[in-house]
Amino acid sequence: MRYTRRRFLKQSLAVGVGLAMGVRGQREALRIGVVLPYSGVYAQLGQDITDGMLLYLDEVKNQAGGRPVQLVREDETADPSVALRKVTKLVEQDRVDLLTGLVSTASAYAVRDYVHNSRNVLIVSNAGGNALTRERKSPYIFRTSFTSWQVSFPLGRWMAERLTKRVAVVAADYAFGRESVAAFKESFLAAGGQVVQETYTPLGSTDFSAALTRLLQARPGAVFAFLAGSDAAIFLRQYAQFGLKDSIRLATTGFTVEEDVIRAVGQAAEGAYSSLHWAVRLALPENQRFVQAFRKRFGRTPSVYAMQGYDTARVIVEAVNALQGDLSSKDKLVEALEGVRFRGPRGLFEFDTKTHQVIQNIYVRQVQNIGNELANAVVADLGRVRDPG
Amino acid sequence: MEFYLFVLLNGLAYAALLFLLAAGLSLVYGVGRVLHLAHGGFFMLGGYMGYSLYQWAGNFWLALALAPLLALAVGLITERLVRIVYGPDRALEQVLFTFGLAFVISDLTRFFWGAQVLGVPPPPVLNRPMGLGPVVYPAYPLFLILVGTVVALGLWALMRFTRFGLEVRAAAGHPKMAEALGVPTTQVLRRTYLLGVALAALGGVLAAPRLALAPGLDFTMLILGLIVVVIGGLGSVTGALYGALLVGLADSLGRTFLPQFALAVIFLLMALVLVFRPEGLLGGRR
Repeated sequence: MRYTRRRFLKQSLAVGVGLAMGVRGQREALRIGVVLPYSGVYAQLGQDITDGMLLYLDEVKNQAGGRPVQLVREDETADPSVALRKVTKLVEQDRVDLLTGLVSTASAYAVRDYVHNSRNVLIVSNAGGNALTRERKSPYIFRTSFTSWQVSFPLGRWMAERLTKRVAVVAADYAFGRESVAAFKESFLAAGGQVVQETYTPLGSTDFSAALTRLLQARPGAVFAFLAGSDAAIFLRQYAQFGLKDSIRLATTGFTVEEDVIRAVGQAAEGAYSSLHWAVRLALPENQRFVQAFRKRFGRTPSVYAMQGYDTARVIVEAVNALQGDLSSKDKLVEALEGVRFRGPRGLFEFDTKTHQVIQNIYVRQVQNIGNELANAVVADLGRVRDPG
Repeated sequence: MEFYLFVLLNGLAYAALLFLLAAGLSLVYGVGRVLHLAHGGFFMLGGYMGYSLYQWAGNFWLALALAPLLALAVGLITERLVRIVYGPDRALEQVLFTFGLAFVISDLTRFFWGAQVLGVPPPPVLNRPMGLGPVVYPAYPLFLILVGTVVALGLWALMRFTRFGLEVRAAAGHPKMAEALGVPTTQVLRRTYLLGVALAALGGVLAAPRLALAPGLDFTMLILGLIVVVIGGLGSVTGALYGALLVGLADSLGRTFLPQFALAVIFLLMALVLVFRPEGLLGGRR
């Protein structure tokens, strides 16, 4: 189901009306500043995260700690300086109680110092650059999504042990792509693997035949790839067209074959392995409930981004519940967030109190055609993964 | 050896798409001195219309045939608008106007098709590797090369042997003289515009199984189209062809041997042409 302005208006209206009804004779609304991309290449991610949040807020009747919840949305765009301006505006003009969002790692880094120095609580719901858990971590910043290390590190060893020891790497040439490859290699080389070729392609590539020609020449046992969005779609389709799909196995970070990409390329993605902290077909009752509810409400299959939005809303609501709606002390809020722990669609969710990064299971998934529907199913559970910080 | 053949074929397939895009851009400029910055938008629009037609009919060939016609219908409307700013000495207005149009098309496609990545699978016959003597290469890019060649030959024949072609060459070579001799230059420009738009849309549908449809494709393609036209020389089909071949091959070589600097290779090529032949390879003689 496609997202249109009309639906956006309807949803906003629904939230608005729900709010107006909720407000009657009640306490002041909890204002959550949401900074997500609603335009540009990441627009769909922003939409998915928002829809996930709306779904969870619906389930709790839009209440947290006895207060109605109000989302104040701003467009992150693709420009980090705009993201910073929007965050400043949400804090200083809209006086939001806490902040969430940020899809792009560059934007997350751009707002980090402002958020840290002004002691505002930020819950990052996507941006996965390692540094936010390491040298640039902040007691006021939590992350419910992933780090590039968390997703890619466990896959290296699994590939060396289960697929092959001769691997070629293809990755998008930007910070997150490089970080993912480094994390993958760390465990892959340690397990005795050998990287026979590395190709980095510019972000926003329209043609991968050169990279694929190089692969044909290197003849690796398998390919490890990290690409996202339209890059991933083009790569997968050309990978199949070159006849590589059936001869060289493909393993990727989960984003390369996430549900949004599968929708775009169909068959070409079938059989690809990937590692991620969630899968549509993850067989947990909490997940099945989430997937069903999301499909019913939005008429499409949720992506990992929608799941992250859903869990982020839950984290906020549970922390505010624990404080009974009293957010006057930032330190108490941080403490309440650190204590949030639940079983959600991805399994057990808890924060690392040292880094404020989520500790979670990482799964190896494979795109499988079951009942005439292509989707990711879990083929191995790599256990709890905690970013070393 | 096989490796270099692949590099060559990759480059030619890319060049075919670039040619379809740049031919119209170049012709419209040549005939009317209008730099049509919404051209990338029509390329993308063609792709999206192809996607919808494919969803509706389930047949790639039908989508391939109908999408350029639909884009032509849109072109009829935009031509009426662009006509407002026709004329000499109005370059700034034209650039602003067509750039604005590009944004409108960009937002409208976003409004109708959303922001997610969409794709069209190649038709079943072409969705597999194909034997070329001892080597195996995907069939779809070969098909692109074939279409590019056919369109290039068709355009050459159109320019060379028809009255329309004669008028286009006259209007492009010396517009005032052509007008004085009774060539209806505005009419000619109008038809050229529609031809260019249809070609761009055809390129868009053909690109859909190879590229991905997502916001931003229009401006990516516009920039590539402009580079091709700058290298080849504004205003001639042959220039666009040479420009597309050069950019396609340079891109393929760059991506294979210097993947990190692939874009830089193209820009370097453009810079070299601008330094040594500022009018483009074929810009001087039309």
